[in-house]
Amino acid sequence: MSTVKPPMPKSWYEKTKPHKFCPGCGHGLVLKVLGEAIDELELQDKAVFGCDIGCSLLAWDFFNLDSIQTHHGRTVPVIAGITRVREDLVGIAYMGDGGGYAIGSQHLVNAAMRDEPVTVILVNNANYGMTGGQMAPTTLPSQKTETSPFGRDEELTGSPTKGPEMIATTVKENAYIARGTIADLRKLKKYIKKALLNQIEKKSFSFVEAISSCPTNWRTNAEQTWDFVEREMTKYFDIGEIKKPDEEEK
Amino acid sequence: MANNPIEDEKRVFITGNEVVVWAAFAAGAKMLYGYPITPQNEIMHYWTKYAPEYNRDFLQTEDEISAGFYTIGAVLGGVKTFTATAGPGNTLFQEPMSMAEMMRIPTVSIITQRGGPSTATVIYSQQEVTMTCFGANGEGFRIVYSTADHQELYDYTIKAFNTAWKYRFPTFVLGDGYQAKMKESVEMYNPEKRGVRMVESKESIGTKGTPGIDRPPAHLRNTYNTEEELYEVVMDLAKSYEDVAPEITEYQSDKCDDAEIVLISHGIVFRAVREAAQILREKGIKVGYFRPITLRPFPEKELKEKTKNVKKIIVIESAYGQLKKLITDALYGSSSEILELYKPGMGLTSDEIIEKAMEEVSVKCQL
Repeated sequence: MSTVKPPMPKSWYEKTKPHKFCPGCGHGLVLKVLGEAIDELELQDKAVFGCDIGCSLLAWDFFNLDSIQTHHGRTVPVIAGITRVREDLVGIAYMGDGGGYAIGSQHLVNAAMRDEPVTVILVNNANYGMTGGQMAPTTLPSQKTETSPFGRDEELTGSPTKGPEMIATTVKENAYIARGTIADLRKLKKYIKKALLNQIEKKSFSFVEAISSCPTNWRTNAEQTWDFVEREMTKYFDIGEIKKPDEEEK
Repeated sequence: MANNPIEDEKRVFITGNEVVVWAAFAAGAKMLYGYPITPQNEIMHYWTKYAPEYNRDFLQTEDEISAGFYTIGAVLGGVKTFTATAGPGNTLFQEPMSMAEMMRIPTVSIITQRGGPSTATVIYSQQEVTMTCFGANGEGFRIVYSTADHQELYDYTIKAFNTAWKYRFPTFVLGDGYQAKMKESVEMYNPEKRGVRMVESKESIGTKGTPGIDRPPAHLRNTYNTEEELYEVVMDLAKSYEDVAPEITEYQSDKCDDAEIVLISHGIVFRAVREAAQILREKGIKVGYFRPITLRPFPEKELKEKTKNVKKIIVIESAYGQLKKLITDALYGSSSEILELYKPGMGLTSDEIIEKAMEEVSVKCQL
């Protein structure tokens, strides 16, 4: 039997692995590149990780980082409350699409407008995972969920929230905003690193949405899951950097 | 204490909201997060006006939920922070406070009660007793001081910071719109100069060293895998709370020993009760009073002791029985008859209290 362990980021907390997410869940991949970004930027002694309620709460002991698990939608104010009084710390607010775009949207939008020095990482899996697969702000048109069993009807429920695009209309010049996907981890890691660096260097708001998977509630096999992530979700959600600090754009 | 604006004792004539600000300065609070709601607004106004001069900070958040969670973040970062709210804001505030309660986060909140649920009725009320003591899902492991005058607002705002940081339960100073807006004489002082040592604040996250290398990571959570795990946490919390409760509870009472009737009230209503009790005594009627200063933890044992030989108790409040619930709970098994004088959202005068007491005493006399 091979004794070679798969490489883990240094900032991962080995004792709590294997992690608690469902098999096939995208959170593990997003947290892996976040861990690598923290390692490469040497942030283990200054990063504070906050997670929301919902699937993201399973990351409360994921890292060798000081971490705080908050309430549904309230991670941004807690982390911003920390970085406002502790400029030496790098605040990471980690949440799902419900925590960021529904119950916590007022906090996300207002923190962005205030240019709070935090990095928000929002995992978009197009449904509410922890509560059993209900419709989320990001559920795709015609997508079936427990509360849209006949498919999301845009006439009744509105269109899927394009969070990064929405936030980009409110932020100040030094904000960084991007959308990556677990289907391209190299790019996702690059965005997360740039977001963290932007918080550190520009003392500015940084936001990365990560397109992710939920095979449990999607009721998909591996092939169908990947197809939904790579093809269906990207029909609606564009991958790329949506807002870069002004200096970089020049 | 650096940048303390109150070095020498001085007597001033100011509003309650202003009193709170100077007390928070004196207590070493560095940060205020808040959201406008009457009648606490001037706490934010005065604080923001003077904050730069004394190297303090302020943020007006998008709502009270946010103000509460920002406060929690700042406290975790090790900075003495407070917030103030009222009425519907207090309702929203229960969510962050339930987290503070469960995670032993030493928050300080000033509540200037208003009538509710309504708008515009922002002066007299004691209708936020139940919510402040027991709001949100959870068990109500909080500390609630109910103040009756401006001097107490000053004293207990300072004390609230020490109580919160010493015992690590969310701590509230419960006033009302009347106290917030009226002017009264108050003695301001530097607590350190009176020998009150202010408890140092300490960070819960971001301590020295690298987590996982020099020290274990701080993994703060409010999530439990099983009901049994939650049960253990809550029972530990209950034990800690009950252990320290006798050190925290405060009350005031007078002439209960030979009293035929004991009047019970809290907060600003107590002032009318004290006056009524004095007038009734002057007329030869055996009346005493009891006033809980801490509504949580409640001075249960002391109330029982003070009323053990009393036939009648009258609970007087500017609410419909919120204080009475605390009293009946504390006096379970007592043979005293518990009567009430409720005027929810209204003020009470000593005349009304005298009249009510006179209806209940056995020997009536002409006033």
